[in-house]
Amino acid sequence: MARRDDRRAAATLAGPASFLILVFILGPVIGVILLSLTDYQLGARGLRFIGADNYATLFADRTFMTSLRNTLVYVGVVVPTSVALALGAALLIEAGAGLRAFYRAAYFLPVMATLIAMAIVWEFMLHPNFGLINLLLRWFGFQGRDWLQDRSTVLMTFAVIGVWQSLGFNMVLFMAGLTAIPRELYDAAAVDGADDAWERFWTVTWPMLAPITLFVVVISAIRSFQVFDIVQLLTHGGPNKASEVLLHTMYTEAFTFFRTGYAAAITVVFLGFVVALAAIKVMFERRTRSA
Amino acid sequence: MTVSANGSLALAGITKSFGAVPVLHGVDLAIDDGEFVTIVGPSGCGKSTLLRIIAGLEQQDSGTVSIGGRTVDDERPKDRDIAMVFQSYALYPHLTVFDNMALPLRMRRLSKFERLPLVGRALPDAVRRERELVAGVLEVARTLKIEPLLRRKPGQLSGGQKQRVALGRAMVRHPRVFLMDEPLSNLDAELRVHMRAEIAQLHRRLAATFVYVTHDQAEAMTMSDRVVVMMGGHILQVDAPGRVYADPADLQVACFVGSPRINLLPGVVSATGVVDILGMALALPRAPAVGTRLQVGVRPPVVGVGPASGAGLQGRVTHRENLGSDLFVHVSVADEVPSVVARCDPDRLDSVPIGGAVSLSFAPDKVLLFDLDGKRQRGNA
Repeated sequence: MARRDDRRAAATLAGPASFLILVFILGPVIGVILLSLTDYQLGARGLRFIGADNYATLFADRTFMTSLRNTLVYVGVVVPTSVALALGAALLIEAGAGLRAFYRAAYFLPVMATLIAMAIVWEFMLHPNFGLINLLLRWFGFQGRDWLQDRSTVLMTFAVIGVWQSLGFNMVLFMAGLTAIPRELYDAAAVDGADDAWERFWTVTWPMLAPITLFVVVISAIRSFQVFDIVQLLTHGGPNKASEVLLHTMYTEAFTFFRTGYAAAITVVFLGFVVALAAIKVMFERRTRSA
Repeated sequence: MTVSANGSLALAGITKSFGAVPVLHGVDLAIDDGEFVTIVGPSGCGKSTLLRIIAGLEQQDSGTVSIGGRTVDDERPKDRDIAMVFQSYALYPHLTVFDNMALPLRMRRLSKFERLPLVGRALPDAVRRERELVAGVLEVARTLKIEPLLRRKPGQLSGGQKQRVALGRAMVRHPRVFLMDEPLSNLDAELRVHMRAEIAQLHRRLAATFVYVTHDQAEAMTMSDRVVVMMGGHILQVDAPGRVYADPADLQVACFVGSPRINLLPGVVSATGVVDILGMALALPRAPAVGTRLQVGVRPPVVGVGPASGAGLQGRVTHRENLGSDLFVHVSVADEVPSVVARCDPDRLDSVPIGGAVSLSFAPDKVLLFDLDGKRQRGNA
């Protein structure tokens, strides 16, 4: 009796949240998945159920494949670089005595700033003729480039901006993780013989940061998969698709060509990556918790 | 005996300040090889800092630390032939019990290269040393009866088990000196009493030097060969537990050691060899000069409770605590002095009703005299 009452109370209490999740998350996701199986175009009167045709077209589409490859390269560069640099910066700032608050604020600034405004600043800095970067390079006797209009450099330029943008956020997370490590562990390590910086890092810091690191990697990866605004603002995926990324392709298909069904299929592929990342995180967390 | 096999310890003139706050004011202490010494004092007295200086985790501002007759001031903790047990146990949460215990040996016996995962295992020398090391860990695990736990992670252990693992990690290297920083204070009361006995037995078996820091006088009194009482960054007394209780050098020591606390009564030397305590004259042959004001310390077992008509200090029972083995009777003797606590036989419960009038007497040879600054006056010694 009591158990049934409990169950009813639980259902009632979880009700509002479950309803919101259904309406705002699961509903739209199911909607997008269904839409991706149709030939719906924005503004069209009707739609036809065409099964997996959109997906077949997708994987034969050179633009989409370029976009997918570019996105994976971008994520593959930005995630390890920004995580490694953030960890390094966090360790250095924690090790030093002074100016901690200043460094933390300075590194965190790009996270706070509106990327649209920052994109314009980057555009000026990267300008081939009077941009700061090329001026500096020329000062040191190097040949400048048209960073955003050169197919061989545009994606890496965006990757650098991506690292610049996520570094501070990752660093703040690592700093929080570092301060949570008990001092006594370092003392124990010193008595046990792990007392130089290298040994301390591998014996205490790195294992103790493992849960934070996993979180930072997954969050950075998801954020990197979402790269869009800077591409839309500075290159529109050009030159010649060299900076085409998943979300930009999706946006173009949906709002330039109005191929909503096709764009939904791209969204589903994108969702697949994000869900896979979230699943990896949950899996690792379960394992460490049960261990 | 070689120098390295000697676990004697000497501290000379150790001072330490944290910023502008002085924590240790010139501490001198000599500990013999194989001795069990407890440093006891209230929190903030500098005892943990002193231990950390011995370990090398903290650098003293001045003074020297010698272990086994060798000055170790410039040596790092791992080179000092010491092991330390921490209050929080400080086990590595990502390593199994076995790996926690093996870590100090691996750090010492294997090179950086040999410790690398996979690569290290392939080196023949490392394999042999790893095998020796496993034997060492297993032997210690057997001693501490933690063999069944070796594959677990610290998160799956109870407080008492973690405590044993922390002891095990300290023991595997066979150091000459064990430093323990409040190792039992995270355990529940029952387990604490049990581990007290176990650590004392371990000390006898290992015959190594133990330096044990605690704020718990019961631990200090029950486990150690000698007790070091510290307050405010000074060592007040270093003595056998019994003598710290019976013959304290300072009023603070007398108050800190012993439960219930020592009773303090105002006294004045009224005539040669006579101290007047609240109107009661007590013959103390070697009391200081006439007119000297004193604080008279009487421990509860020394207070005799008699019928109201008897000689001695007259008072009224305000409170009784019957512990079964002891009966503590609180007697109010004057408004301006806190109640005097006397220990009685529980059989006498009925003879000391609350509100009842009683008289108190003190055995003169057991009374402790202190001057107004708290220095011991050995007038009745």
